[in-house]
Amino acid sequence: MVEEQAERPADRIWRRYDRRQRLIHYAVVLAVTMAVVWAVHDIDIFWPWVWDAPNQISNLGARMWPPDPTRLGAIVAAMLETVHIATLATMLTVFIALPVSYIAAQNTTPNRACLWLGRFILVASRSVNTIIWALLFVAIFGPGVLAGILAIMFRSVGFIGKLMGEAIEEIDRRPVEAMEATGASKAKIIVYAVVPQVMPAFFAILILRWDINIRESTVLGLVGAGGIGVILQGAIDTFAWPTVATILVAIIALVLIGEALTSLLRRKVL
Amino acid sequence: MLEISQLTKRYGQDDPVLTGLDLTVEGNSVVAIVGASGAGKSTMLRCINRLVEPTSGSIKLNGHELVGLKGAELRRARRRIGMVFQGFNLIDRLSVMENVLAGRLGYVSLFQAVTRRYPQADIERAFQLMERVDIAHYANKRADELSGGERQRVGVVRALMQEPEVLLADEPTASLDPRTSEQIMMLLQSLASELSLPVLINIHNVSQAKTYTERIVGLRHGKMIFDGRPADFTSDALDAIYGGIEAAQDEPPAPPAATRKHEAPHEPF
Repeated sequence: MVEEQAERPADRIWRRYDRRQRLIHYAVVLAVTMAVVWAVHDIDIFWPWVWDAPNQISNLGARMWPPDPTRLGAIVAAMLETVHIATLATMLTVFIALPVSYIAAQNTTPNRACLWLGRFILVASRSVNTIIWALLFVAIFGPGVLAGILAIMFRSVGFIGKLMGEAIEEIDRRPVEAMEATGASKAKIIVYAVVPQVMPAFFAILILRWDINIRESTVLGLVGAGGIGVILQGAIDTFAWPTVATILVAIIALVLIGEALTSLLRRKVL
Repeated sequence: MLEISQLTKRYGQDDPVLTGLDLTVEGNSVVAIVGASGAGKSTMLRCINRLVEPTSGSIKLNGHELVGLKGAELRRARRRIGMVFQGFNLIDRLSVMENVLAGRLGYVSLFQAVTRRYPQADIERAFQLMERVDIAHYANKRADELSGGERQRVGVVRALMQEPEVLLADEPTASLDPRTSEQIMMLLQSLASELSLPVLINIHNVSQAKTYTERIVGLRHGKMIFDGRPADFTSDALDAIYGGIEAAQDEPPAPPAATRKHEAPHEPF
C-alpha cells in the first residue's frame, strides 16, 4: 500500500498563464485604473449645473412643446438637400476610394511608393472629422452645398478606401493564380478574379457609408455647409424652440427611414 | 513536346526544392508525378507555366524556351499551357460559363472580357467541351452551387478552352471523394488521347497513377528517382519515393507497460 502510494507521480501543475504573463495582466489593469482615476480627478465638471439638469430639461421641453409645423415646407426641402449631399458625396467618393484602395492593398499595389501614398491618403482622410473638413471647405468655397459634399467626400474616401483595401487583401488567392495561368493580363485578372470576390463587401460598405453620411450631413449646416443643419442653427440662434423640436423630429424620422432602407438594401444585395 | 532540362528551383537561401531535373514528355502521353508532400511536384508544374520562377535550367514547349520570358511574351506562352488545380480555383461568384470562358482571357481584349462579348467560336467551343464533360446544363449556374466533381470538370474545361499544347494538373483529385476522383482521372486520360495533348498529373494516389497513366515519374527531395511504366512501379520504387518502412522505424515503439502507467496516473492499481 505504502509503496504504491510512493510510486504515484506527484500531481501535475497546469496554469493557463505563466508568472510573467500574469504580472503583465496586473500591470495593464493597474494602468487602466490609474488612467480612469486621473481623468475623473482632472476633469473640471461644475456639479451644480449637473444637479440643475432635470430642471433645465423640463424647462426646455416646455418651450419646445408643441413642435411648430409652420416651417415644415422649408424643413422638408432642407432634409432632401441633406439626403442629396449624402448620396452625391457617397457616389463621387467611390471614384476616388476604389483606386486608392487598390494601391493601398498589399496584394494589388504596384510598388512600395504607391502603397505608402495610398495609406497616407487613407490616414489623412480618416484622421480629420467631417466637421473640420466642412469648416475648411466653407472657408475655401464659401458656405453652401458644395462645401458639404466635399467635406463628406473627403472623410468617406478614408472609410471606403480602408475597408475596400482590407477586402482586397482578404481575397482568395487561388482564382488569381488560375487567371494568371490562362495568360490573362493584370487588368483582366482584376476584373475576373478580384472584382467578383470584393463585390459583396463593396456594396455592404457603400450602403453603410451612405447611412453614416446621411447622419453626418445633418450637422454640416452648423458650420454653414448646407442641409438641414442650416435651419437648425438658425432656429437655435433665434430661440425658436418649437421649430427646433420639429427639426429634431424630422432628423430622427430621416435617420429611421435611412436605417430601414439600408437594411432592406443590404438584404437584397447580399 | 515538353522538354525540361537541368531544372533547379531554390526558395531564398534554403536547400533547393528541385535539383537538376530532366524530363521529356511527348505526344499525347499521360504522365503521373508522384512523391511525398514537399518533394517538389507542385513546384515543378508551376515552373512550367512560370507561376513559380525557376532558379536555373530550361523548359521548352514545342521548341519554344519558356524560362526567361517576360510580360506579354510570358502571357502568350501561358495561353498554351492549361492548368487544373487541387482546389479547382474557380471564381465562385461567377457563372459556370464565365468561369469556362475565363480560359480565353489570354486571347480576347479587355473590353470583350469585361462585357462578356466573347467571339462566337469561343462560345461554341465552350458548349462543346461542357457537353463533353456533362456540365452544359449548368452554364448559367453560379460556380459555387456545383459539387466538387462538377467544379473540377469546370476547371478542366477552363484549361481546355485555352487550346493548350500541354495540360498540367496539380493534385486534381486530392479534394474529391474516391469515386469522383476516379472519374476525373478517367476524363483526363481520355481527353489526352482525344485532343492528342500531353498531360502531367501530380498525384498522391499511387494506384490511380498506375491505372490511368502510362508513365510514372517519382520525385524525392527534388530529384527524380523513378521514371518508367506503371508495370515497373514496384513496391521497392514506392518505398524509395515515400521513404517506405525505414521512415516508420525511425520512431522507436514505446514500451507498452510504461505507456499505460503514464496514461492513467490517478487510477489506483
